[in-house]
Amino acid sequence: MRENRIIQKPESRVQKCGTASGERETMNEQTLNRVLLQGGTVIDPETLKESRADVLVVGGRIERVGAAITAPPGTEVIDCRGRHIAPGFVDMHCHLREPGREDEETIASGTAAALAGGFTRVCPMPNTEPPIDTEAQVRFEIRRATEAGYARVHPIGCCTKARQGKELAEIGTMKEAGAVGFSDDGSPVADPQVMRRVLEYCKAFDVPVISHCEVKELVEGVANEGRVSTRLGMKAGPDVAESAQAARDVLLAEFTHARLHIAHVSARATVEIIRWAKARGVQVTAETCPHYFTLTEDALADFDSNYKVNPPLRTEIDRRAVIAGLADGTIDAIATDHAPHLKGEKDAEFDAAPPGIIGFETAFSLGYDQLVLGKALSLADYIARLTVAPRRILNLPPALITAGSEAELVVLDLKAEWTYAPERVLSLSRNSPFLGRTMRGRVTAALLGDKLFRV
Amino acid sequence: MTRRLADSKAVTALVTKLASQIVRHNRGVKDLALVGIKRRGVPLAERLAARLSVGNNSRRKRGQSPGARGRAVQSPFSPIPVGAIDITLYRDDLQLVAETPIVRGSEIGFDINGKTLVLVDDVVFTGRTIRAALSELLDFGRPRAIQLAVLVDRGHRELPIQPDFAARTIKTERSDLVDIFLKETDGRDEIVLTRVGSSQKPEAKSQKPR
Amino acid sequence: MKLRSKHLLGIEGLDRSEILTILDQARTFRQVLDRPIPIVPALRGRTVINLFFEASTRTSTSFNLAASRLSCGCVNFSKATSSVSKGETLLDTARNIEAMGVDGIIIRHSSPGAPHFLSRHVKAFVVNAGDGAHEHPTQALLDSFTLREKLGSLEGKRVLIVGDIAHSRVAHSNLLAFAKLGAKVAVCGPPTMLPSDIEQYGCEVFYRLDRILYEVDVVNMLRVQLERITSSSFPTVREYRALYGLTAERLRKLAPEVVVTHPGPVNWGVEMDFEVADFSRALVLPQVTNGVAVRMAVLYLLAGGEQAE
Repeated sequence: MRENRIIQKPESRVQKCGTASGERETMNEQTLNRVLLQGGTVIDPETLKESRADVLVVGGRIERVGAAITAPPGTEVIDCRGRHIAPGFVDMHCHLREPGREDEETIASGTAAALAGGFTRVCPMPNTEPPIDTEAQVRFEIRRATEAGYARVHPIGCCTKARQGKELAEIGTMKEAGAVGFSDDGSPVADPQVMRRVLEYCKAFDVPVISHCEVKELVEGVANEGRVSTRLGMKAGPDVAESAQAARDVLLAEFTHARLHIAHVSARATVEIIRWAKARGVQVTAETCPHYFTLTEDALADFDSNYKVNPPLRTEIDRRAVIAGLADGTIDAIATDHAPHLKGEKDAEFDAAPPGIIGFETAFSLGYDQLVLGKALSLADYIARLTVAPRRILNLPPALITAGSEAELVVLDLKAEWTYAPERVLSLSRNSPFLGRTMRGRVTAALLGDKLFRV
Repeated sequence: MTRRLADSKAVTALVTKLASQIVRHNRGVKDLALVGIKRRGVPLAERLAARLSVGNNSRRKRGQSPGARGRAVQSPFSPIPVGAIDITLYRDDLQLVAETPIVRGSEIGFDINGKTLVLVDDVVFTGRTIRAALSELLDFGRPRAIQLAVLVDRGHRELPIQPDFAARTIKTERSDLVDIFLKETDGRDEIVLTRVGSSQKPEAKSQKPR
Repeated sequence: MKLRSKHLLGIEGLDRSEILTILDQARTFRQVLDRPIPIVPALRGRTVINLFFEASTRTSTSFNLAASRLSCGCVNFSKATSSVSKGETLLDTARNIEAMGVDGIIIRHSSPGAPHFLSRHVKAFVVNAGDGAHEHPTQALLDSFTLREKLGSLEGKRVLIVGDIAHSRVAHSNLLAFAKLGAKVAVCGPPTMLPSDIEQYGCEVFYRLDRILYEVDVVNMLRVQLERITSSSFPTVREYRALYGLTAERLRKLAPEVVVTHPGPVNWGVEMDFEVADFSRALVLPQVTNGVAVRMAVLYLLAGGEQAE
């Protein structure tokens, strides 16, 4: 299942998803000088307002937003009746595997899959082989993304050299090369003294430290310690492994007056700690992932390693707490933690399978289903978690749907029911427990500058 | 079409006939033991054992000993040993049946070495049940001889196995069903033949309810 | 009759009537073991393999004997001598072996759910001989068989399981089996050796052995791994024996009808004193003999009859 690009003239590319039996078109790309998105409802997640409006984009910039715009000659008109138009999403936590594991994913295949999910910008984590801990590697990632021409990449750099958790990495020069945040994700920064230094140092560069909270000594295996792990005899780790470190980190952030971001929040206690910290004025933000508000540990009943993820799926109480955390703003953002793995590695007995779920192409639909249709968040608020919050946390430019701004938009069909079929997956890997699931709401197009991607 | 071949009185008579055949052939009951094949062979073997013991006693009363005169006879109060075997584990068709049959277990509470065993079953048909019983018995030891006693021989043998004693021999079609009912297992004594449409070949096992 | 599943993956998947069926058949096979020629031709032509990724002589030997007694072919695979150490996956190993033509795979593996995973990928029937800390169903079946033979029935009996419950697959399977057979189960061990939410099994929990030991009909002692005692779960062997061991002194105080079981191998002097070996109501050796009969019943019920699809 390799990406297969066909460069056609005039400026049209088809992103095909290859299967043994043949190839199907999943995403189609066109370079267009003039595009009119006609008849849709524009959502402005900054103001939380929706309004019927047409959007005219010329030369990659929004020329006009208003009612009933007439298309000038030579304009590609996209019928957006019944659809919504929103700013492009930003995935502030994902794994693109390049360099090192290009068999699992490349920057090109990953950014294409991201676009299909509505993410116009992504922030890949630095746990590649070798890890991203110097400016040269940051530049490498950005260059590969530019060559691919899909979603834009804003790398996260390691906060310690080689993610060893011992010495500070070259945070300053990495920031200047384009890194927007720092993390040893995949691993915690175990030594509190080192974490303190990382937080302090990052203050100079106004970047958040993204913390993967896990006290490794408490964790025997990648499952939530509790009723299900006991019944299945699985080695497990208690939720306090996450919340204890989150507690440490928010207190260190308070002490150092630095900016902290808690990654992939999965447990109720963690949500409560973040809530408490914010009330005290700590500069802390947080994210969670679709699997933590959609699934619980009960999904593990058949020892299906498709549900093996770190942090692990937890109880229904934790799931509800995560949703409540999103609803009251304790959790600011939704990220995917897109983590590709080969079938041959994932298709194994539970202990041997690597943890991780791919997520670009299902995130929007899962959130729409669980949070908006589930009445925890309004549509605009939900979209804000996907685009406004990550941009704010990482100091990325806001995506405004106003005249003069660069075009960075997604078109959403909220009424669509679609099935996540393996043949349509753009990522190189297929490790998702949602394969075959029918979901509501999907991204139908993304417009990035003068490039229109139809899904 | 169903036909009754024997009623309760007739069955009793058949059992008596079988008993006297056994005694005559063996010239008495010395070192004799009966082994019934589960299920209906077992109550049959028990009835035979009772008749053989009674016969033994009554002959003694009249001053005769079963078989040759002057020979020492068994004490009238030592009953003839009766064992029971379940041949399920020795069936030659175990791998062909859809569901694994329940094994009920065999109980042979005496040493079979050197004994004359009379294997008892209600019907002999293809002979495969008897073949299985023979294999199993020989795993218990080495009897001096094994003889076969059946209430009914209905023909259609698929193996070279013949009863030494058959109380009644009847001609049947391959597709016929011959059912023996015994008081101990079915509440009544009766032998019934049912003629089924010739296109139907009955499962071998239906002829050997165990 | 048939078991509902083609495989034996755990006690969790068996209902009470299926457990009783297995135990009833085991009684028949126990009789076979007493015959002069303790072999029957029931599974002639079938082959099973002991696929053991964790060391075990007792369990694999028991399955070996069970197969042989049924005239079933049996081959052995042990991790140490295999290419698994060269990085061959479980799935590859199993598929290669299946390609050689086995009807059944008896697997012991350190990962919970490995037998379940295997059953989804091979055509042979799968028997779980121990998967991590999850289940060891044939052990629970033979323990249940032994107790039923000795006590007549487990209905209403009080059973106590003592030891490192958290890491014991035997404890998990026994908890399920005894409960399904109507026993009232209690567990006893130090808090560091009791898993989260053990109460979901409906058992009572005791931290102090002497509080419960003299109120039960059956004492099911578990083997403690000595490495675990000296790690963070427990201070010393000496303290373990003093607080949780079936010492000679405790043995003397047991009520006259109480029976003692242990899955073996026994750490003499740790979880049980040597005196227990001579104790007339210790069922450790009968458990071993019964193990062969129970495993014969399992193989017979899974391998006999038409192979489904």
